[in-house]
Formats: sequence, structure tokens, C-alpha cells
Amino acid sequence: MKRRRFVALTLLALPARVFGQANAHVSTTDPLVFSLTRGKPVHAGRVRLELPKVAESGHSVALMVRVDSSMTAAEHVRAVHLISERNPVREMASFWLGPHSGRAEIGSRIRLNGSQRMVAIAELSDGSFWSDAVDIEVHEAACTDGG
Amino acid sequence: MPPEARRGEPVEVRILIQHPMETGFRRDGAGARVPRNAIHSFVCRYNGAEVFRATLSTGIAANPALRFFIRAAQTGDLEFWWLDDENIEGAAKARLVVT
Repeated sequence: MKRRRFVALTLLALPARVFGQANAHVSTTDPLVFSLTRGKPVHAGRVRLELPKVAESGHSVALMVRVDSSMTAAEHVRAVHLISERNPVREMASFWLGPHSGRAEIGSRIRLNGSQRMVAIAELSDGSFWSDAVDIEVHEAACTDGG
Repeated sequence: MPPEARRGEPVEVRILIQHPMETGFRRDGAGARVPRNAIHSFVCRYNGAEVFRATLSTGIAANPALRFFIRAAQTGDLEFWWLDDENIEGAAKARLVVT
């Protein structure tokens, strides 16, 4: 019991950097995030995830992701990943773009299994990762009750 | 999407596919589980070259809607292709005239 407490306290005392956590909304050690980033740091910024603050129903919620990029051959977005915190399938979608996209902007409609945090991670052509997170309140969850 | 665009201009593409995106968690009237069936792959080709690709899951709402951009290069066809868990393919085509 004592040792367990000691281990817990030691872990708490370690700086967040030890775990490779670069920003508050993405854990790079999350296996799903790790599978996308191969453990590289994920910076907050450059990505804008747009979702309503509140959704009456989680069956179909409009979503938009924009990444600040010139979308040229030298500097462009390679991929955008959407991750749900609480859905039974957390990996919602991945989109692959390139200089031929012209603009790094993607829209879709998603299902949400209750109030949660949504994360968008963008991979840029220089190999860096950027992210944004949005908290959304869902009054009627999707997924488990049909639809 | 607009039928016409100027060369170099990003063109907004909107596509709506009729598909239940069955989650696999839902039960039918008799209480039996409805198997998962979602579109998992979507590709857009422009004049034969892949310009956009998406992998989707059941987290995408039924009748999936996608909105993305393609930079107008030369007049030609945009071909859309998708595949679901039952290995049923879908396709659509649109002409883009570039001026």
C-alpha cells in the first residue's frame, strides 16, 4: 500500500515532458494517437475544429476542420485525423490531402455517443503534428440506441 | 460542386452518399444485433489521379456527407469511389470545366 502510494506520487512529480505530452488536449501515449503520430509531439495550434457547443441529438452533428497551411508542394497538410474521446469506435475518420487540395478544409457529419471532447490532429508535410480539441455537450447520445 | 472553375482555384466538392452506416450496436425489432456495415474507404480521383482519400468509421453519421477542396487544374472528370463492410462499391462522377 505504501509502495503504491510512493509510485503514484513519484509519477505525479515527474514533469509532463517525460511522457511526451506536448499539449493539454492530446496524450501522445494514447495508443490511438501513438499509432497516428508514431510518438512524435503534437503541438496545439494551426488546426481549427468547429463543432456546435451543444447538440440536441448525437446522431448527426456538423463538423468542420480547417488547417492553416498554404497547401503548396513545399508546405501542405498530409492528413487530418478525427478522434472521439467517448465513442465505442474512437477513430472516427482520417482524410488524406495534398497540394492538389488547394485548401485544407474538410466538413462532415458525425455521431457522438454523449458529451465529450473531440480532437482533430493534422500531419503536415514537414512531419510535424498539430491539433485542436473541442468540448461538446450532447443531450441524446447516438450509437447504442439505434441510428 | 460548381461545374466551372478558374485554373488554380480551389473548388469546393460536396458529396452526400445514401448509406445507413450501420454501427453494429443497434438491435432490430426482434432483438437481434444488426451487423456493422459502414463505408470505410472513400477516394476521389481527378483526371485519373488520386486527389483525396478518406477512411471512415461508424462515427460518421448515416448518409455520410463529405466536403473538401480540389485545386482546379484542367478540364476533366472527378471520379468518386467508395467501399463498405459488405464489400459493396459505390461510384459517382462529375465534370469540372476549367477556364
